[in-house]
Amino acid sequence: MSGREILLRAEAVGKRFGGFTALQGIDLELRAGERLGLIGPNGSGKSTFVNCISGDFAAHDGQVTLAGKPLAGLKPHRRARLGLARTFQLPQPFTSLSVLENVRVPLLFSGEAAEASRRALDCLEQVELAGKADKLPKELTQVEQRRLELARAIALRPQLLIADEAMAGLSHAEVDQIIALLLRLNAAGTAVIMIEHIMRAVTAFAERLIVFVAGRKIADGPPQAVLALREVEDAYLGKQ
Amino acid sequence: MSAATLPAPALPPALPKERKHLTYWLGAAAVAAALIVVLRLIGNEYGWYAGYFVLQYVVLAAAWNILGGYAGYVNFGAAGFMATGSYTAVVLNEAFGFDVLPGILGAAVVAGLLGLGTGYLTLRLRGVYFSIATLCLSVVLQTLVVNWDYVGGSRGAYIIRPRSVPPFLSYGEYIFVVMLVLAVIAVGIGRTVEMSRLGRGLQAIRDNERAAEAVGVPTLRLKLIATTLSGALMGVAGAPLPFYAGYINPEGAFNLAYAVNCIAMPLIGGAGTWLGPVIGAVLLATLQQAATVTISSALNLWIVGWMLVLFVALAPRGILGWFRRR
Amino acid sequence: MDPDLSLLLNGIVSGLLLGGLYAAAASGLAVSFGMLDIVNIAHPVLMVAAGFFVVLVGTALGLDPLLVAVLQAPLFYVLGIGLYTAYNYFFERRGDEALQGLAFFFGVMFIIEVGLVLLFGPEQRFLDPDYAFVTWRLGEIDVPLRMLIPALLAMASIGALYWFLQRTFTGLAIAAVAQDPEALRLMAVDPVRIKRIAFGISVALASIAGGALVVVQPIDPSTHNVFIGRVFAICIMGGMASLPGCILAAFLFGVVENLTATFYGPSWAPAVAFGWLLLVLAVRPQGLFGRAA
Repeated sequence: MSGREILLRAEAVGKRFGGFTALQGIDLELRAGERLGLIGPNGSGKSTFVNCISGDFAAHDGQVTLAGKPLAGLKPHRRARLGLARTFQLPQPFTSLSVLENVRVPLLFSGEAAEASRRALDCLEQVELAGKADKLPKELTQVEQRRLELARAIALRPQLLIADEAMAGLSHAEVDQIIALLLRLNAAGTAVIMIEHIMRAVTAFAERLIVFVAGRKIADGPPQAVLALREVEDAYLGKQ
Repeated sequence: MSAATLPAPALPPALPKERKHLTYWLGAAAVAAALIVVLRLIGNEYGWYAGYFVLQYVVLAAAWNILGGYAGYVNFGAAGFMATGSYTAVVLNEAFGFDVLPGILGAAVVAGLLGLGTGYLTLRLRGVYFSIATLCLSVVLQTLVVNWDYVGGSRGAYIIRPRSVPPFLSYGEYIFVVMLVLAVIAVGIGRTVEMSRLGRGLQAIRDNERAAEAVGVPTLRLKLIATTLSGALMGVAGAPLPFYAGYINPEGAFNLAYAVNCIAMPLIGGAGTWLGPVIGAVLLATLQQAATVTISSALNLWIVGWMLVLFVALAPRGILGWFRRR
Repeated sequence: MDPDLSLLLNGIVSGLLLGGLYAAAASGLAVSFGMLDIVNIAHPVLMVAAGFFVVLVGTALGLDPLLVAVLQAPLFYVLGIGLYTAYNYFFERRGDEALQGLAFFFGVMFIIEVGLVLLFGPEQRFLDPDYAFVTWRLGEIDVPLRMLIPALLAMASIGALYWFLQRTFTGLAIAAVAQDPEALRLMAVDPVRIKRIAFGISVALASIAGGALVVVQPIDPSTHNVFIGRVFAICIMGGMASLPGCILAAFLFGVVENLTATFYGPSWAPAVAFGWLLLVLAVRPQGLFGRAA
């Protein structure tokens, strides 16, 4: 693992809303192909951190680089084309477009327009939605909408995928489906940051775990070691 | 998971895009030619004028639809953009003696830039701010024109037009044919947008702008392209107006009817489809043209307002929505 | 005194008085647009419609226009409830508020404007109370009661609204609906009901603003057009949901517009509104007095 190069580097990332500090002094290094779990109680700054990396929050403290390239000032769509994909806590499909068209959209704008239909179907096959290519998003079940969201992210050929609570509200079996999917994607070389409340999913997936509490990173290391820490237990697990 | 047992879905047949485009242009040319023949057979000068009135709305509705229908950004200032086109043509005529055709080109450039500027200042924010800005735009442009003596201020400006332009039988026929060609082009542009990745990107923006940005759609750039294109086409629709009437004044150029019709026509026909604005424009403009003979123009517009409200409430996808699944 | 200075001072004072009228017009929008996020572009035309009814009733019964405006406010409250109910039923509930909802309010605006033309004709209407012709002189500064009395009524009604929002349960719920509808549900308050009440209040404020408008100037059905830019610019400048911000922005706006009219000619006044609106949107969309998002 130490042989792999650094893909994402965050230095002293912070974000304030008016007088409220949502995130402070976050340092993070992520290597190519790594599987990172990010946990923390509600309001601990996880989604804020994701939005700083994805470019949804244009202004924040500190800096972020992807494969050595500073991301400051780049809009989300530029970051997406650099290989930084994300999913949303609530699935955000393009409601008037078919499932296939949903996945074609990223391809049309990433230099794969000529091959868009074929590759979109490929991506749908990877998430096992190819059979529903003609459906509208609202005709999908919840887990299918989550998989559509992942297919759209996969279409970007991401180096890094940030899965923001991609399993909230899913059943036990459905969670396993999504984990298997993410593992397959990771095996193909994509680094994944999994933000999740479902501890079973995080421990099954992550090879490294970081913990946010009140906008700060309080732990970083192998999952078992991190979960054994007293602070983590107090601040997070104890309250669950 | 049952996907393995499902038959592999066939890809949609590779789109023979060039042929589909050719079909449109040939079809539109045939319809246009047929229209000219029929109106010649009727042989009434009023026919050209009524036809012009309807076609002008086809251009306006198609133009509005590019931004409003596909991207979901509501432009309330159609009258302002259109009047910009009309007055650009007037100025070019006054200053250089330009005829209607160069006037149309100039109008496209000026109105397009106006669209770009308005969009640039407001489109980085939520869509409603763009709408509010366009709502005020007409009022301000009207103020400017009223205060501008070069184009006659509130008295208006006259244009001396040729009696006829060979090979056309009358100037009415000529200006009708000009507007007919513009309508075919405007609808064709709308249709091309719909079938291109620009259109797909705009639809993604309409459905969910944040998600569109997250999957790599350059949302601001696409919106600016759409505003510029839409504004330019509205200017184009307005450029022949002073030639058509021989006269233009601010009250006429910034008429309330344009603003309401530009929104009502696409929404009633079916916004976000290239055909919807055409249906809405032909239907509403013909009704209004017929109704002006029998009822006052205010009552006429009042009915359009009610139709707009009833359609958006009860049939939000317009007339075409009755026939399509999505 | 130097005539230019006197002109300037008078311009500022009458600008402040004009700002009182603008505050009345914009405060209703601060409730609907600012707090409820409903882009009611028909608000100015509702104000003008109220003005027409003030003229009609005031002339017929010989009543003071401002009194009529206050008396008819409950009717406009009911009208607002009806409008919101339709808007919520057809658009907000379906999630169609962006395109169709905007078009709906545009249609309503249009129907009212043209409806006024059909009912009253396009001519200007006015109803001048006796005090409209009285001007107080303070040194070299003129304070026309035509402007002062409506401004005082505006301040009084905005004050009452402010008290209501700060001190009553329903008022607090209205403030909360803007920020956190979920919290309201936990308090067992129906957000739709709260929004209905708030929207009713905003339209009732349009009635009072309409009365103030009639005292200040003659009106015709298209008067609302120049007010759209003004009230939205003021509302956005004031930080959307903030009543004190709205009043400050209205005064500032009135002064700037009035000075422009004094020194450059009144026909340029509408351009001021638009210029300000664009400037605010481009530079400080969170408003002059709002906090950064």
